Amino acid sequence: MSEIALTLGPVFFHWSADRLLDFYRRIADEAPVERVHVGEVVCGKRMPFSDPAWPAVIERLERGGKQVVLSTLAAPATVRERRSVEDLCGDERMVEINDVSGLPSRSGKAFVTGPFVNVYNEASAKFLIQLGAQTICPPVELSFAAIGAMSVKCPEAEFEIFAFGRLPLALSGRCYHARIHGLHKDSCQFTCERDPDGLGVDTLDDQQFLAVNGVQTLSNQVQAFCPAPDALASKGIRRLRLSPQTCDMVEVARIYRRLADGREESEDARFALSCLDLPGTLVDGYAHARPGWQATAAP
Amino acid sequence: MTTTRMELVCPAGTPAALRAAVQAGADAVYCGFRDETNARNFPGLNFSRDELAGGVRFAHDHGSKVLVAINTFARVDDVDIWKKAADAAAESGADAIIAADFAVLDHVAKNHKQIRLHLSVQAAAATPEAIGFYAAQFGIRRVVLPRVLSLQEIAALSRAIDVETEAFVFGGLCVMIEGRCYLSSYATGKSPNLNGVCSPPEMVSYDEEPSGTTARLSGFTIDRYERGQPVGYPTLCKGKFKAEGKTSHLFEDPVSLNAGGMISGLKAAGVTALKIEGRQRGKGYVSEVVRAFRKAVDAVEMGGDAVDIDRLLAGQSEGARQTAGAYEKKWR
Repeated sequence: MSEIALTLGPVFFHWSADRLLDFYRRIADEAPVERVHVGEVVCGKRMPFSDPAWPAVIERLERGGKQVVLSTLAAPATVRERRSVEDLCGDERMVEINDVSGLPSRSGKAFVTGPFVNVYNEASAKFLIQLGAQTICPPVELSFAAIGAMSVKCPEAEFEIFAFGRLPLALSGRCYHARIHGLHKDSCQFTCERDPDGLGVDTLDDQQFLAVNGVQTLSNQVQAFCPAPDALASKGIRRLRLSPQTCDMVEVARIYRRLADGREESEDARFALSCLDLPGTLVDGYAHARPGWQATAAP
Repeated sequence: MTTTRMELVCPAGTPAALRAAVQAGADAVYCGFRDETNARNFPGLNFSRDELAGGVRFAHDHGSKVLVAINTFARVDDVDIWKKAADAAAESGADAIIAADFAVLDHVAKNHKQIRLHLSVQAAAATPEAIGFYAAQFGIRRVVLPRVLSLQEIAALSRAIDVETEAFVFGGLCVMIEGRCYLSSYATGKSPNLNGVCSPPEMVSYDEEPSGTTARLSGFTIDRYERGQPVGYPTLCKGKFKAEGKTSHLFEDPVSLNAGGMISGLKAAGVTALKIEGRQRGKGYVSEVVRAFRKAVDAVEMGGDAVDIDRLLAGQSEGARQTAGAYEKKWR
């Protein structure tokens, strides 16, 4: 077993229960990831569609030897959404906190903080660790150097870097899928289901730029941070997060497994990723303290 | 319904703007230090340590309060810069510190118990559980609410918490949940959370082309204007984009927030304080807007009706398009 573990983050998009079942069946059987996050993170209105799938998905993943983490909503608002966060936080399994709302009912028990919780420095990380944070996945705009510096100062927790997938950039109270289709959020008709990787947003000069997914805005480009395992180890960083897209995520996990085991160079890993059916070009600017859309050389 | 008089909280980007706001009737002004510790880190703005001490004396002499924003997220290995800013704010005699970072909140709660803590909008706390957490951990006395909540949501929230609420009524309109938006750093490398800036001016270009003017941010085309059309600032979320074969202001039209007509609704929803945005604006503007809102708030407190309020605020439109934003549920 390599020292660098792989995490499959939660699916951000509105995938049907059947699609989720199929997706996680393959992950359970074939993907070389240690930890899998499940649950609806972006829009509470979608939960009635995906909720029936989760018990079977969780059972299958656990039988496949994966550690399951229950991910909570990033912006809970209604009574029902708040109750769902509280219920998940009471679970015996590991939980990913994506909003401070979950902290009161989870404090004292182990949790992961996801990239929607603002942990920008070692003092804030220590505050959360003292409440029970065992893994911290900082906001995507933080650089590898900054996350590494935090990790070195907080050896009692694991730090995780958002390594693959469209970058989650913003959340709103307004649903952009509904707005594009001339609908209101309250009667959105779940049009976000038509775009299982998010809907591309281009500039007036046809530059590919962003993607929308209901109330969420993501990058159009796909993060592909492919650090050498030595670089991670020197900062004590022990996890890479892969965020699901519709491309072959088992293959993505295999590429990162080879990279993390030192069996493949960064450039070869990036080339292998670029050969997949991705929704955008590869970028890694944030990791290098540059604008997120930029693509740079490996560290 | 609350019977407490609502507080009018006004922007002070400079000592001159602070005096103007106080003289125009601000119950409180908010300001920040001249560095990256506050979310309006623009050249030529903000206060030195001495200027803040002077500003606090002036405000207190005139019966106004001073709230100091230390509301960016502290940088790794440099957390002391933020802690020292909080120490300086406390020493200046200011009435409250507005913060978002766990580290800054924790430092103030432990070391400066005499100063009030307000939770910045950058903390994006919008549920009773989140606000209750900050109250229990750090003793926050007030929460500044995200600009994406409706009046009904604010009313329900106010009933469920026992800290004061502050809501934006005038100025910029953030359509993304504040403190959780990385659009600016994605395009430019500079962000509100890390650098105190959004869509920074040094990354803006206006290119004159035969068809008109193109506004770009970091090379991304954000909007295009025909000849003679007024040219707007290319703020990312107010830009024009293409999706599904349609070109539109996908995220938000180029509008600014004016919830002047909703002051009585905000009062009924239990809001404690009304916030005017605009620390980057000059003292003339601050003076005029604060004076208008002073009259409007006083009219509401006296039981005045909405028509009077609209008339009082009519002079503030300046040709810019305005909206009551998310306070009206149809916005979503």
